[in-house]
Amino acid sequence: MSSVIETRGITKDYVVGEMIVRALRGVDFEVTAGEFVAIMGASGSGKSTLMNVLGCLDKPTSGDYFLDGTDVSGLTRDQYADIRNQRLGFVFQTYNLLARTSALDNVELPLFYDHSSRIENPRASAIEALERVGLADRLDHEPNELSGGQQQRVAIARALVNRPAIILADEPTGNLDSRTSVDVMSVFQDLNDQGITILLVTHEPDIAEYTRRIIVMRDGRIVGDRPVHDRRNAKKNLEAMPDADDLYLKDDPTYEGLVRP
Amino acid sequence: MRRLRRLLRAATRSILKNRMRSLLTSLGVIIGVAAVIVMVGIGAGAQADVEAQISSLGVNSIIIFPERGHSANVSLAAGTQNKLTLDDARRVEEEATLLSGVSPVVRTNAQIVGGSGNWNTHVYGVSPAYLDIRAWKIASGELFTERDVRVKAKVALLGKTIVDELFDGEDPIGEQIRVGKTPFKVIGTLSEKGQSPWGSDYDDVVLVPVTTGLYRLAGGRYISMINVGARSLDESDAAIEEVTEILRNSHRLQPGEEDGFRIYSQADLMETATETQRVMTLLLGAVAAVSLIVGGIGIMNIMLVSVTERTREIGIRLAVGARSSDVLAQFLTESVVLSLIGGAIGTALAYTVTHILNNVVGMTTVVRPSVVFLAFGFAGAIGVFFGYYPARKAALLNPIDALRHE
Repeated sequence: MSSVIETRGITKDYVVGEMIVRALRGVDFEVTAGEFVAIMGASGSGKSTLMNVLGCLDKPTSGDYFLDGTDVSGLTRDQYADIRNQRLGFVFQTYNLLARTSALDNVELPLFYDHSSRIENPRASAIEALERVGLADRLDHEPNELSGGQQQRVAIARALVNRPAIILADEPTGNLDSRTSVDVMSVFQDLNDQGITILLVTHEPDIAEYTRRIIVMRDGRIVGDRPVHDRRNAKKNLEAMPDADDLYLKDDPTYEGLVRP
Repeated sequence: MRRLRRLLRAATRSILKNRMRSLLTSLGVIIGVAAVIVMVGIGAGAQADVEAQISSLGVNSIIIFPERGHSANVSLAAGTQNKLTLDDARRVEEEATLLSGVSPVVRTNAQIVGGSGNWNTHVYGVSPAYLDIRAWKIASGELFTERDVRVKAKVALLGKTIVDELFDGEDPIGEQIRVGKTPFKVIGTLSEKGQSPWGSDYDDVVLVPVTTGLYRLAGGRYISMINVGARSLDESDAAIEEVTEILRNSHRLQPGEEDGFRIYSQADLMETATETQRVMTLLLGAVAAVSLIVGGIGIMNIMLVSVTERTREIGIRLAVGARSSDVLAQFLTESVVLSLIGGAIGTALAYTVTHILNNVVGMTTVVRPSVVFLAFGFAGAIGVFFGYYPARKAALLNPIDALRHE
C-alpha cells in the first residue's frame, strides 16, 4: 500500500509574547491509502496543530512531510494553495459553508479555484458529490435552510468534489448531537468503504471507535497508535437509536408541515 | 475569459447580497461622476455661449492698430510709418482683394448731452462698411452714407445703452444731442449686442462718420485703427498678409524694417476668450474630480469593513485552495464593479440634472460623450486604485487565523 501521508520529525513552535510554545515535538507517522484514522488527545495535545500542518494550512518549523509521495515542506504559498485545492479535502467542526450560497455552489467552490481544470464538468461533479452524501434533493438549499447534520454532509461533499488523496476532518462531530454524530460517521464509513482515505481529529472515544486506527497524542508527541479490531458500525447503531421524529411526529397528521423542506 | 465571467458573476452576486450597502458605497462615486459631468457640462455650455456671441460679432473681423512705444528701435525712420492715416485705409480698400470691407476707425471718449441726461461714452468715427464688418445691425432709423462721410456730416447712431440712458429707451431718431460741444442729429439706433467676452459693453457706443470723428471731435490727422473684414475665416491669415504688404508699401518700409503696426484678428481674440473659458471648465472639472476621489475613498472604506466582516469567508476560500491572487481578483473585481455601477448611475443622474438645467432653469450645458467616457473611465480607475489595498489585505490573510475569526 502506498503512503498518503508520511511525516518525519515534524515540530512546530509558536512564539506567544516572549514564550515559545512547542506545540509539536517531533511527530513521525504514516497513513496509507484506504485507511480511516482517528487522532485523539486532550486539548493542548497538539492534535489541531498537527491537523493544520497536515492540511498544508501551516508550515512545520522543522521536519519532513510527504503528501501523496510529494515533499511539501518547502513550497510557496501558492503551491500550498494548489495542494489544498487538488489533493486535500477539509471538513471542519463548524462546517464553514458560505452563507447565503446554495449547497451546490458551496460544493463547487473548490473547483472554482482549480487552476489545472482537470475536472471537466464542475457542476456535474458537484451534483455527484452531493448525491454521494445523500443530499441529492437539497441542491438549492442554503446553509440556513439545512440542519447541522445536513450542513456537515454538504461540507463532506465539498471535501470530496476535487477527488482528494485524503480527507482531513477536524472534530467533524463536535457541534452535533450524538445521533447526528453517528449519522455523519456513517457517511465517513461509507466513503472509506469506497476506498477514500480519511483522517479525523476527535476527543470523543466513542466517535474514534468508528474508525480503523486510533492515534493518541499528548504534549506534542504521539503516545499511542493502535488498530481498531472491533469497529463499530454506524449504520447499525443508527437504526438502534431512537429518532425524535419517529417517536413523536411520524403519526401526527401535521408532521409534513412541521419539518423544514 | 471564463475566469473573468465567473469573477464578474461572483462579484455581482456578492454586491446584490448587500443591496443597500452597495448603493451607499457607490453613492460617493455616483455623486462624483454626476458632478464631473454636470460641472464640465456647465463650463462647456458657457464656452459655447461665448463662442456663439463672438461669432455673432463678426468672426472675420481683423483690426490693425498702430504700434506704440517703439522709441528704443533704431531702425525707425522719421515720418509717419508709426501712425495710421485715412490714406492708409483708402489704399487698403483700393488694393486688397481678400477683404469684404474696410473701415478706418477713430475712437474718442466724449461727454454726450441730450434727451433727459448726459453720459460719458465711446464715440467711434467709422465708415458705413463698419457695421457689416462687425456684424452689427441697425435697430431703427438708418445708417449714414458715403456722402455723409465726405461732408463730415454731424449725424450719429446710438447704441442701446445710450438710448436707455439719455432717452429712457424711447425712440431718439431726429433728436439733437451734443457730443462734447458739437451738436449732432440722431439718425439711427443699433440693436442690442450685450457684453464683449472680456466684459465691456458693446452697446455703450455712438457711431459717427469717420471724417466727422477725425476732424470735428478728435481734431487730428491719425486714426485709431483700421477694421477690415476677411471674406471668410479660412482666408483670415491670407488677408492679414495682404494687408500687411499693402501697409508696408504705403509706409515705404524696406525689407527688414519693423512693421510699425500690429494686426489682430477676431479669430485670435476668440481663441483667447475660449482659452479662458477652457481654463474655467478645467477648474470646475477638477473640483468635481476631487469629489469623485472622495467617493473612491468611500469605496475603500466600505471594502475594508467588508474584508473584516468576511474574514471567515476568505478563510474558507483559502482553505479550499484559493490562491492569494484569486482572493485579490475577487475583491478587486467587486470594487471595480461597484464603482462602475456608481459611474453608470452617476451618468444617468448627470443627464437628468443637465436636462433640468437646460429646460427648466434655462442654462446652457453641453454634455460631451468624451467627458462621459472620461468620468466613467475615471470611476473604474478609482475602483482599481482604492479597491487594491483592501483586496490585498484580504489576499494576504493567514487561512488559519481567517477561519478562526468570529
